[in-house]
Amino acid sequence: MPRAATTTDAFNAVAEPRRRQILDALAGGERPVNDLVELLGLGQPQVSKHLRVLREVDLVAVRDEGRQRMYRINGQSLKPIHDWVKAYEQTWNERFEVLDEVLEELKEQENDNGGNDD
Amino acid sequence: MVAMTTSQSAVVTLPTDTQILVTREFAVPARLVYRAWTEPDLIARWWHANRGEVSSVEVDLRVGGKWRWVMIAEGGFEVAFHGEYLELVPGERLVYTEVLEAPGAGDDKPVTNTVTFTENDGRTTMTAVTDCPSPEVRDAIMSSGMVGGMQDAYDLIEEVAASLA
Repeated sequence: MPRAATTTDAFNAVAEPRRRQILDALAGGERPVNDLVELLGLGQPQVSKHLRVLREVDLVAVRDEGRQRMYRINGQSLKPIHDWVKAYEQTWNERFEVLDEVLEELKEQENDNGGNDD
Repeated sequence: MVAMTTSQSAVVTLPTDTQILVTREFAVPARLVYRAWTEPDLIARWWHANRGEVSSVEVDLRVGGKWRWVMIAEGGFEVAFHGEYLELVPGERLVYTEVLEAPGAGDDKPVTNTVTFTENDGRTTMTAVTDCPSPEVRDAIMSSGMVGGMQDAYDLIEEVAASLA
């Protein structure tokens, strides 16, 4: 399946490692661009480019505070990604719940055998 | 007194755009979790995730040995996976390739699973890293939920069929 352009949705926007780094940094709270430039060790134009992509899919929001541009995460837009991961997690949770029963039985067998069968 | 069951949930994260990481704790020693992962009669009892029945498990448990698991999902779908064991450390770690047998899915680009068991005070933390050949493969696996996705697909077909009736 071909990939959509980076700016079409949140999934594609976060496929870029640097953009994920920016989101990680903003997860701790609102930050000015300069902070992000310093943190990522990238030039300001590159950071601004990544921020523009993130803004286009509403993953981050921006406001002016004095002479600074303050960026923050927009949690609502991360929800599709969160839901996507949760659905996968659900399959594994059900699988592991069945596994728990099997493991409990193995443990009982081992106890019955005096626990010395390994 | 240590509880026999865990209330822990699996945690799924995406460390890079080609990886899936699943972490989960089990209330038993690592050697038992390893057994459940490698012995055919045990695998058959849990791999289905309550979404069908495991109909066949072949395991050649040695480095370079092949494995193949087949499941009949609810509704009669057959879902099969196979691969090769790359590394086996009893009770600690297994590394194996995995391919979903589907039209167009060749053996040339398997995913590689690295499953690690760390025991602490009789309990085991499992981490399973799936390394995919591309972000597209990773996303496809995530979207399908593997077997769960097949079931969703089946439900969808049923809905469509019903709407045509």
